Amino acid sequence: MDKHVALTSVSEQANQIPADLLLRIDEAVTHYPVSKRSASLPLLHLWQNQFGFIDDSGVNWIAKRLELEPINILELVTFYPWFRQQAAGKVCIRVCRTLSCALAGSFEVRDAFCKAVGIDPKAESHGHTPPVSPDGKFSVEFVECLASCGSAPVALINDDLAEDITPEGTAAILSQYN
Amino acid sequence: MKSLLLPPHPKERRIVFKNAWTKGYTPDIDCYIKEGGYEELKKAIGMKPVEIIDEVKKSNLRGRGGAAFPCGVKWGFIRHDDGKPHYITCNGDESEPGTFKDRYILHNDPHQLIEGMAIAAFALNVHLAYIYIRCEFPKAAGIVTKAIEEAKAMGFLGKNILGSGFDLEIFVHQGAGAYICGEETSLIESIEGKRPYPRIKPPYFPAVLGLYMSPTIVNNVETFCHVKQIFKLGSEEYAKMGTPGDGGTRVMCVSGDVMRPGPYEIPVGGVTMGELINDVCGGLKPGRTLKAIIPGGSSSKIMRAGEVYKIKVKGPDGEMIDKEVPLLDLPMDAASLAAAGTMIGSGGVIVMDDSRSMLWALNNLNTFYAHESCGQCTPCREGVLWIDKMTTRMVNGEGIAQDPITLKNVADNIAGRTVCAFGEAASWPVQSFLQKFPEEFQVPAK
Ligand SMILES: Cc1cc2nc3c(=O)[nH]c(=O)nc-3n(C[C@H](O)[C@H](O)[C@H](O)COP(=O)(O)O)c2cc1C
Ligand code: SF4
Ligand code: FES
Repeated sequence: MDKHVALTSVSEQANQIPADLLLRIDEAVTHYPVSKRSASLPLLHLWQNQFGFIDDSGVNWIAKRLELEPINILELVTFYPWFRQQAAGKVCIRVCRTLSCALAGSFEVRDAFCKAVGIDPKAESHGHTPPVSPDGKFSVEFVECLASCGSAPVALINDDLAEDITPEGTAAILSQYN
Repeated sequence: MKSLLLPPHPKERRIVFKNAWTKGYTPDIDCYIKEGGYEELKKAIGMKPVEIIDEVKKSNLRGRGGAAFPCGVKWGFIRHDDGKPHYITCNGDESEPGTFKDRYILHNDPHQLIEGMAIAAFALNVHLAYIYIRCEFPKAAGIVTKAIEEAKAMGFLGKNILGSGFDLEIFVHQGAGAYICGEETSLIESIEGKRPYPRIKPPYFPAVLGLYMSPTIVNNVETFCHVKQIFKLGSEEYAKMGTPGDGGTRVMCVSGDVMRPGPYEIPVGGVTMGELINDVCGGLKPGRTLKAIIPGGSSSKIMRAGEVYKIKVKGPDGEMIDKEVPLLDLPMDAASLAAAGTMIGSGGVIVMDDSRSMLWALNNLNTFYAHESCGQCTPCREGVLWIDKMTTRMVNGEGIAQDPITLKNVADNIAGRTVCAFGEAASWPVQSFLQKFPEEFQVPAK
C-alpha cells in the first residue's frame, strides 16, 4: 500500500474522532500531572476501544497530542500484546492458554470456539493479529494466564469472563453475543 | 468462583477476603462503611508517620506479590522529609500463572485497597499514587475508578483528607497484556509511558529511584489490604496469626487437579501442604494420586510427591531446631518453603496428579516465558525461545538425545545473567523439572 496515500485518506481514524473521545482523552491526560508521556497507554486504550485497532494516523495523532515522536507510541503498540494494528472480531474471544487452564482442557475449549465460529483450529492464534471468523464477527486467540486459574478453563470475551468452560458449553456462551 | 460461595473452611480465616465474599456485599462505599470502612484511616491520620511504619514493621507483614519482602522494612527506606516527591504504585498486574486473589479484591472490595493505600500514603508522605491494573480486568478498572470517586466525595481522598491538611490523589493505570509489567521497575516504566523494560538494580531500586526517578513504594494489592487489617487488629494481634517474622494471613490460590480449587485465606503457616490440598481443597480427583506441586506461582521450583525436606521449626523450648518433614507436612509459610528449596512466591499452588506428563507441563510454562520475555537481555530473550523450542519438539516426539542436557545448560546460563528476576523465573521451572523428574525428559536414542 502507498504510504503517502494512506496518510491523507479520509478513512483514517484520526479524521473520525468523535467529540466524546476527545473529552475522554483530555480527562485521561489530567491523570498524569508529572508527565504527559504517561498518558500514552490510556490514550492507546481509548483509541483501540473506539476504533477496534490503532492505525498509523492514530499513532501519529496520539504522539502529537502528547508532544512525542510517533516511534514513542508505535513501539508501545508493537510491544504490548493487547494492542492491534488490524481489526480483530467485534467479539474478541481470549482463551487462557497457561498451565492451570490447559490442565482443565483449555486447548479443547479453544478448538471448540474456533469450530463454532468457522475458524480453522490450526490457525496461529497467539499474537497481535488473531484469526477472525469469515463474517468478521468473532476472533479467537490464546492469551496467557488470566488470573482466574481456580475456575479453569476461562476465557475473556470482550469485557466478560467466562469460567469453568467446557467444549460443549461454548455454543451457549456464543449465543449471548449473537 | 464456586469455592468462595461455600462457608469458609475451619482452617480459613477471612480477613482481607471477609467483605468480598459476604452475601449482599457490593463494592459501594456505603457497604464498606457499614463494615467499619475507613475507620483505620481515621486512626492512622491521628498518628505520626513513623508510628505507622513501626506498626507495619511489628506486624511482620511480608509482601504478597512474590518476593515476600518485609513491608515495613521497605517503607522504612523512604525518608519522610527528603524534599523529593514520593509515589506509591499498587501492583494489580496479577499475571503470575497460578495466582488469582487480587482480582477478587479489585472487583469486590476496592475500598479496602484504597484505605490501605491512603494509610501508606500518609505514612510515606505521598500525594500521588497509581493503581496498576492489568487490562484483562476491564471491569475492575471501572469499579476501582468509581470507588476512588466515592472516597473523594466523602473526604477520604483528594484535598485535605478528613480535615488533616493531607492531600492524596489516586488514579487507575491499565496495563496492556504484558506479564513483565508485574515486575516493579517494568511497572514503573509502563506508568511512565515507555516500553516496559525493567530497570537494573542497583541503582534503580524503586524506593530510591522509582517513578519519575523519585522514591516510590510498590506493593501488591493484597499487601495494601493487609495494612488496613493491621490497624484494625493491632500489629501484635495481627503478627500472632502467622509465624515468627511472617505475620497475618495469606491468600493461597490452589488450582489444578484438586476437587475444590480456589483462593483460600489462611493464617500464615496455619496449614501444611497436605491440609491445604486434602482438607481445604477436598483432595485429588477420585482414583488419582499426587505427582507434583508448584507451590508459589509458575516461577517457583516444582516439588515432587514423596520428597522430604529439612526445615527449621520451633522446638519444645521455643528454639528453632532442624526437622525433616515430608512434602505434605510442610507448613505453608515463606521460610518453610524457602528451606524446602522453593518459594511461597505469589501463593499460587498448582497441583498435578499422576495422569500428567511433566514434559508437557514444563513445555506449557516454557511457552509462557517465551511469549512474555521483554527481550531486553540476550540470555533471556534468546534462551527462553530455545527452551520452548526444545521442549516443544520433545513433546512432539522429535527430541534428540542431548536435549535434556542442552535444556539445563541454557537455563543455567539465563539465571543470574539478566536485568530482572524474570530470568530466574523462566529458568527455575526448567532446572527443577529436570532435576526432580529426570526420567520424563529422557529421549530414546534413535
Ligand atoms: C517477572 C516478574 C513478575 C511479577 N509479577 C507480579 C505481579 O503480577 N503482581 C505483583 O504484585 N508482583 C509481581 N512481581 C513482584 C514485584 O516485582 C514486586 O516485588 C511486588 O509487586 C512488590 O509488592 P509486595 O512487596 O507487596 O509483594 C513480579 C516480579 C517479577 C520479577
Ligand atoms: S530478564 Fe528477560 S524479562 Fe527481564 S529484563 Fe531481561 S529480557 Fe526482559
Ligand atoms: S492459567 Fe488460566 S487463568 Fe491462570
